[in-house]
Amino acid sequence: MKQSEIPQDPSPLDKFTKEVCYAVDEKGDYTTALSRGWQVKADALGITWEEAQARTANAREKVKNGEASPILFFMELNMMDLPIVAAYTGFWQWTVKRHLKPDVFKNLSEKKLQKYAEVFDVSVEEIKNFAAQ
Amino acid sequence: MQLDFQHIQAAHCENGVTTNLLKHSGIHQITELLAFGIGAGIFYIHIPFLKISGGPAISFRTMPGQIFTRTCSALGVKIERKTFSSKEKAQQFLDDCLAKGQPAGCQVGVYHLTYFPKEFRFHFNAHNLVVYGKENDTYLVSDPVMETVTTISAHDLERVRFAKGALAPNGQIYFPKTSEPVSEERIKKGIIKGIKHASWFMTETPVPILGVAGIRFTAGRIKTWRESLGARRGGLYLAQLVRMGEEIGTGGAGFRFVYAAFLQQAHTFVKKDELLEISKQFTAIGDLWRASSVQASGIYKGRMTEQQDFNVMGDMLLNIADKEKAAFKALYKIKW
Repeated sequence: MKQSEIPQDPSPLDKFTKEVCYAVDEKGDYTTALSRGWQVKADALGITWEEAQARTANAREKVKNGEASPILFFMELNMMDLPIVAAYTGFWQWTVKRHLKPDVFKNLSEKKLQKYAEVFDVSVEEIKNFAAQ
Repeated sequence: MQLDFQHIQAAHCENGVTTNLLKHSGIHQITELLAFGIGAGIFYIHIPFLKISGGPAISFRTMPGQIFTRTCSALGVKIERKTFSSKEKAQQFLDDCLAKGQPAGCQVGVYHLTYFPKEFRFHFNAHNLVVYGKENDTYLVSDPVMETVTTISAHDLERVRFAKGALAPNGQIYFPKTSEPVSEERIKKGIIKGIKHASWFMTETPVPILGVAGIRFTAGRIKTWRESLGARRGGLYLAQLVRMGEEIGTGGAGFRFVYAAFLQQAHTFVKKDELLEISKQFTAIGDLWRASSVQASGIYKGRMTEQQDFNVMGDMLLNIADKEKAAFKALYKIKW
């Protein structure tokens, strides 16, 4: 990549920082320059982000229809998957999977809900009330 | 309390942390490029069966911690490295380091890293930063991928240091213990060692998911993605490949440009003209990676959805694999 070819496209990093790129100058020597971003990267990030949003919306729908417990919604909202939720809460993966069922969720103890609440950065009430909605 | 610490922005977080910490301990010759090259940071792996945020597990860099460890060991610098099971002890140890005037490198997860834009905050646990001071309940942070220094609250720092999931940091903290001047000769040896290690790894490891063979493996997989996953999910997988190779902290094209720049800098220490020639090859390879990212973006943006497009993408990676094989072989064969 030549120094003159370093992309300077708008990106989600705009308000935060610019990133260092290595590129060759006219003499063929490597030098560093700052880049605002690259459209190709911004798109890769964008589509991944959209996918996460879509999964959250889908989870919300499922909870509404009584197919899943609110845990699923908060899990998707935090872009977590089973292994990650299990690691944060200390539950086994299959336990978390059980808690995704509305029937099991109904009988969860306050203590267990508290664990989820901490991981998802919300209150127990928020998790419970989400079910009621 | 604030230590006298110089923040230099880098393309890659661990290179930057290594460079800044070693500079602080008095090794003035160190640059990001030398850290990356001596630490043999260039890499490729595609782990089948393992998924990271719902996509393929691909990495263009070595395991976290390796660059720092290898660079320090090659330069004869003793290091301190610690992980913790107790959050209180982890914070106490960090505070003690700062009180002693020692800035500390920390491995962190990015999900709770408050100063990052939300789009970048995935559950990725191999980020590195330096803590160089504390004011009340706020830590002063030098994050090498940021242009300037920043801050983070004690609560948030604890969260990122104890992020969970793959490669969980467990509060990992590290810094060089000794500070003796390093001779040119030592750096020269380190460079040779780093090049030998990287070129051996990329071409000689008999595991089909590592190094150049790993790139071939990915190429083969890509061609099946449309059929097995559909065009949309296949596109998401490609987006993940591009994110791994191009995302913030790679210097572009999965570190290939950084490596090319390193070889050029290595030439100022080790007068082997092959290095300059091979550096050019890596620049060309980096450009090929970039071109493949453009092709991938056509697919994940939904402009191209045919099997033919996935095939082209796969073939581009096969071409890259051939070129990399030739370049690393040439490096491997240099008589030092």
